[in-house]
Amino acid sequence: MNAPATTGRTRKGTAPRGVPYVFLAPAIILFTLFLLLPIGYAIYLSFRRVKVSGLGLGKGARTEIWAGLDNYATALGDPELLGSALRVLLYGLVLIPLMLGLALLFALLLDAPRVRFGRFAKLAIFLPYAVPGVIASMLWGFLYLPAVSPFNYVLDAAGLPEPNMLSGGSVFLAIVNIAVWGGVGFNMIVLFTSLRAVPGEIYESAQLDGASDLQIALRIKIPLLMPSLIMTTVFSLIATLQVFTEPLTIRSLTNSISSTWTPLMKVYRDAFSQNDIYSAAASSVVIALVTLVLSFGFLRLVSRQAFGGENR
Amino acid sequence: MTLLQERKTTIPVRPGARHRPSWLGTAILLVGAIYCLLPIAWVVAAATKNGSDLFTTFTFAPGTGFAENLGDLSANGGGIYWQWLANTAIYAGVGGALSALVSGISGYTLAKYRFAGRSAIFNVLLAGVLVPGITLAVPQYLLLAKVGLTDTYWSVLLPQIISPYGIYLARIYAAAAVPDTVVEAARTDGAGEFRIFARVALPMMVPGLVTVFLFQFVAIWNNFLLPFIMLSSDDKFPVTVGLFTLLNQGSTVPALYSLVIIGSLLSIIPLIVLFLTLQRHWRTDLISGAVKG
Repeated sequence: MNAPATTGRTRKGTAPRGVPYVFLAPAIILFTLFLLLPIGYAIYLSFRRVKVSGLGLGKGARTEIWAGLDNYATALGDPELLGSALRVLLYGLVLIPLMLGLALLFALLLDAPRVRFGRFAKLAIFLPYAVPGVIASMLWGFLYLPAVSPFNYVLDAAGLPEPNMLSGGSVFLAIVNIAVWGGVGFNMIVLFTSLRAVPGEIYESAQLDGASDLQIALRIKIPLLMPSLIMTTVFSLIATLQVFTEPLTIRSLTNSISSTWTPLMKVYRDAFSQNDIYSAAASSVVIALVTLVLSFGFLRLVSRQAFGGENR
Repeated sequence: MTLLQERKTTIPVRPGARHRPSWLGTAILLVGAIYCLLPIAWVVAAATKNGSDLFTTFTFAPGTGFAENLGDLSANGGGIYWQWLANTAIYAGVGGALSALVSGISGYTLAKYRFAGRSAIFNVLLAGVLVPGITLAVPQYLLLAKVGLTDTYWSVLLPQIISPYGIYLARIYAAAAVPDTVVEAARTDGAGEFRIFARVALPMMVPGLVTVFLFQFVAIWNNFLLPFIMLSSDDKFPVTVGLFTLLNQGSTVPALYSLVIIGSLLSIIPLIVLFLTLQRHWRTDLISGAVKG
């Protein structure tokens, strides 16, 4: 960068001692109040339960007592939580490769020298990122509704059977589609930007060696994109495990989504519909731990393969 | 990278090979673009239809009920829709700005000062990126309920000011954009530390902080669970929670569907405009890790 010519004295960090801590105070205070404290409180609550004495009426009839690992045993043995976890696992296994695969394809095409309408396509594909999950789910929900859907209108006019996207098994794909629609553009932009950071000479020399566009994409561009692909995968993983808004919104249009369709929906129901904050807390802690284990595990796994020599 | 630099020979490539358009690639991109624009095109068409046309005419055929729908939306609940939009602007705008500011000063401090506990603080903050933010919403609610802050603007605003990811981005950006020599020079001239940050470093960090602001703005605008849990009175709802409650009532009163549709359209227009105008300010190279620190 353009540094003025005032060299000669490098007294690094000669600021008054307390200054960095004062500057960091807002972040540390907010981080403590809204991250550390809630985490601690959730862990605390997960070890508690309510003891009801007598009929449970009147003051003092309900007291909070230590529950040990009871809530965890209940959560881990709960078929509803297990069912929702497996559903979200399957959802992630379909969604993440599909979404990142499409994002990668679009990014490579945008970077390819012979493709037209790139600017228009880039903006159009990025645009859904500006649409909140609730709104996106509403728009797609109406497009799925047989009475409103243009797809059903066309199929009906052609005399073909009309599928109902909101019934039984299809609703799973309906929700995957909303997530792909909302997420593909953002990931495409991240990947495209890292492609642009690569000096063009590499491709030119590869072309001189007789490599085709496809070979360049597979042999040079994708390996160079590995760090960005890993990062987008981790962020997608974290988002996937917390899926809540889309199924909740679609739920108002169909009855094929249960109130415990995803783990977070179950936490919400336990805490607010059933007033059982203790098992909700235990389930939250389990979800958070699984997220951490999966994202750290994935990072460790790939860092050994992708960054072999580099120290990261 | 060394291997790549060695091959730095710029010999012009056969001109014809570069300029023959690839129709397959173009077609794939256009299909992607149509897929992404389809629901937006639909909502524009559907917003112009009155309640009965919605279920009877072809979905992309425009109707004549736009003004009527707009009137109904404004009349619903005494114009509460406009309150929801204003609330969203407050939550996302003020929250995003405060978040960028806190991220900015924290990132600058972590990049430019050497002090005890620096890497420990950074690592703890960074670990916050991996903490599933939404699972925090329930304990955050319980804590804020204890101090009587639920169902206030603060309950939605305060938890979203702290952004571990924003601090991380600001630190990368400060390291790259604010030269040590400039900070040293200002210090030699006798400027106070806060003055150095506010007058010297902050202006240099503006492009990076615009990115942090936009990220947090979109994140808050998108965050449904937190306001959904925290708020109970509908005059404090952001537009997403408001429309969600309308949609839920719609399953018994289908006439409300028209309001949900035009409400959705009006709520995404400002964000799309913001996107198209600010897209050149997005430092996406920050997130893809391409900034050399």
